[in-house]
Amino acid sequence: MTDVAVVGFVEAPNERHSPATTNGVEMLVPIFAEAFAATGLTKNDIGFWCSGSSDYLAGRAFSFVSAVDAIGAFPPVMESHVEMDAAWALYEAWLKILTGEAEIALAYGFGKSSAGMLRRMLALQLDPYLVAPLWPDSVAIAALQARLGIESGAWSQHEMARVAVRSRASSTTNSRALVSGDQSVEELLAKPYIADPLRAHDCAPVTDGAAVVILASGDRALDLCERPAWITGFEHRIDSGSLGARDLTAAPSATAAGEAAGASRAQVAELHAPFTHQEIILARALGLRDSLAVSPSGGALCANPMFSAGLARIGWAARAIMSGRADVALGHATSGPALQQNLVCVMEAL
Amino acid sequence: MSGRRRAAVLGTGQTYHRSKRADVSIAGLCKEAADRALADAGMAAGQIDAVVVGKAPDLFEGVMMPELYLADALGAVGKPLLRVHTAGSVGGATGIVAASLIQAGVHRRVLAVAFEKQSESNAMWALSITPPFAMPVLAGAGGYFAPHIRSYIRRSGAPGHIGAMVAAKDRRNGARNPYAHLRQADMTVEKVLGSPMLWDPVRYDETCPSSDGACAVVLGDQAAAEAAGRPVAWIRATAMRTEPTMFSGKDHVNPRAGADAAAALWRAAGMTSPRDQIDAAEIYVPFSWFEPMWLENLGFATPGQGWRMTEAGETEITGSMPVNPSGGVLSSNPIGASGLLRFAEAAMQVMGKAGEHQVEGARTALGHAYGGGSQYFSMWVVADRPD
Repeated sequence: MTDVAVVGFVEAPNERHSPATTNGVEMLVPIFAEAFAATGLTKNDIGFWCSGSSDYLAGRAFSFVSAVDAIGAFPPVMESHVEMDAAWALYEAWLKILTGEAEIALAYGFGKSSAGMLRRMLALQLDPYLVAPLWPDSVAIAALQARLGIESGAWSQHEMARVAVRSRASSTTNSRALVSGDQSVEELLAKPYIADPLRAHDCAPVTDGAAVVILASGDRALDLCERPAWITGFEHRIDSGSLGARDLTAAPSATAAGEAAGASRAQVAELHAPFTHQEIILARALGLRDSLAVSPSGGALCANPMFSAGLARIGWAARAIMSGRADVALGHATSGPALQQNLVCVMEAL
Repeated sequence: MSGRRRAAVLGTGQTYHRSKRADVSIAGLCKEAADRALADAGMAAGQIDAVVVGKAPDLFEGVMMPELYLADALGAVGKPLLRVHTAGSVGGATGIVAASLIQAGVHRRVLAVAFEKQSESNAMWALSITPPFAMPVLAGAGGYFAPHIRSYIRRSGAPGHIGAMVAAKDRRNGARNPYAHLRQADMTVEKVLGSPMLWDPVRYDETCPSSDGACAVVLGDQAAAEAAGRPVAWIRATAMRTEPTMFSGKDHVNPRAGADAAAALWRAAGMTSPRDQIDAAEIYVPFSWFEPMWLENLGFATPGQGWRMTEAGETEITGSMPVNPSGGVLSSNPIGASGLLRFAEAAMQVMGKAGEHQVEGARTALGHAYGGGSQYFSMWVVADRPD
């Protein structure tokens, strides 16, 4: 199989209210420029482009159609789009390099979560006949999941707060994070609930943002990057969409993807966990070592730009390899209510 | 340079397309197509490694990322599931992504499903939202494309009845297809010309219907294809190209993205004279005049001459270059599925499974889709032999 590596990653500043339009162009143009400057590439070097975004988030049909204006897609380009987090766009880009149709591919994701009421909009991801008409919002569903874990003894509110404390402390070194700071578990647990048993620190902030990751094959990767992050496992799985039909305190799709991708070998893991208890579920599902550094970027709890946060996790994990901080790193992305769909990308230095 | 493995279509399935499929849910609609494709391939859902779902904007049904809810119905639980959305070309892109999974050597058997259930939605509303600082898409696709058609007629000097000829042919072909939404065996050029004008020069009978429907395709690698013990359609080449909606120099009549995709497709398929080497073509023609326009864009005719092929009857099912023997988009238009239907119908032709709309002796066929403002193109060539 062709060797493929991540050779570049840039994320846009994560913002609570971006002045940009919902089509992504204003957020994407600067980070394309930044990624090209860092790698010495131009748009003409990109053999395949793939994006991830959501029409519902943008409040219009075909939002990604306008986003190609950020590419400057003339002469025409080989391009595709997934209505998913752009981590899955990266997966499609990886395929195109494996088939030999491209040597260099660029995946990007964008989303302006602040344009609507995110938690209410996400209710439209549920069964359209039986569940969505009740409008259970995304925070309420996560709260049910957290409650199940607390009641079963799988985790405690104290453990959840510890996740938030660590994430916020980690993100103090990430200039593009939205939330950061040094706080104690006691301070956080003194705050009120927003959806019992979830407090504000348990929930990812509503975030506007974008990200770009560049992939290259074999020799091209070595030309572009001193220490490419070679992809050695790239897997994703989905669980049932029926909330009552699965154990919400586990994530079998994450376990299966992690086992297939070789997750247990990771020294660094960037997890896309929009809620504190979901990081606990994921760390267990992926069989991560206790000593492992989880989400040194601060993770989704400090910046969760919809449809690019998963791609950014892979980018941050790749950065750990490219900078020499780790030899094996894992990036994870999730999609759907209560961790329904999970993707794992394991990268290594060679 | 290519590490590409062979891939083939092992089975196809589609729903009975209707304006309202009130008898099934969205999941039921998709399952109807998927079950037919699996049966056609002689395969059980459990043998599928991965599922790819395609559909046009989520606003068309009012369900955000419906593939999440469809995972159970499609047998995808515990497996990889990808959701593609590339505007009207999405059905084609869905087939191409599914093919990539096999060509890349990642999976051996993949199920691709594309659908639209327009009756649960209001596509006119979904297309008419005008976000700030963005060009309005205008109320419906007909109003958007009519000026491009007028431009084609002026440039080519095509006589006014060409569009009606295409519409009459496709509706008559649709009558040979048991799954088609519109089956009008007695449609004539005169009847089309007598129908009300909607967006000059597009008349009512030259316009695609609004359909509920789904299409599914089972793809496999070489070993799966050889083990099938039944005819398969080998994927000889795929191509996708994109350009922006609006820019100075955009040619809406003969878009460069389409021409580039076609050139790449013929090159990858090793074809030097596609006009002679393609036996049947399923081309995305939502408004009648797009048949001659796309014949030129694809390189089957030189610019300005495509209408002569239509006028001479070359695109009839018995002609030298049959176009849309299934009845095409003009007979069934479940938007998200329309592209995959073109790809599946092309495969059915070379598998010899097209029934009453079979083109005699078809061995190599084209599937084509486009979307957005004539800016997204996806195509594949399938054949009865691997190379």
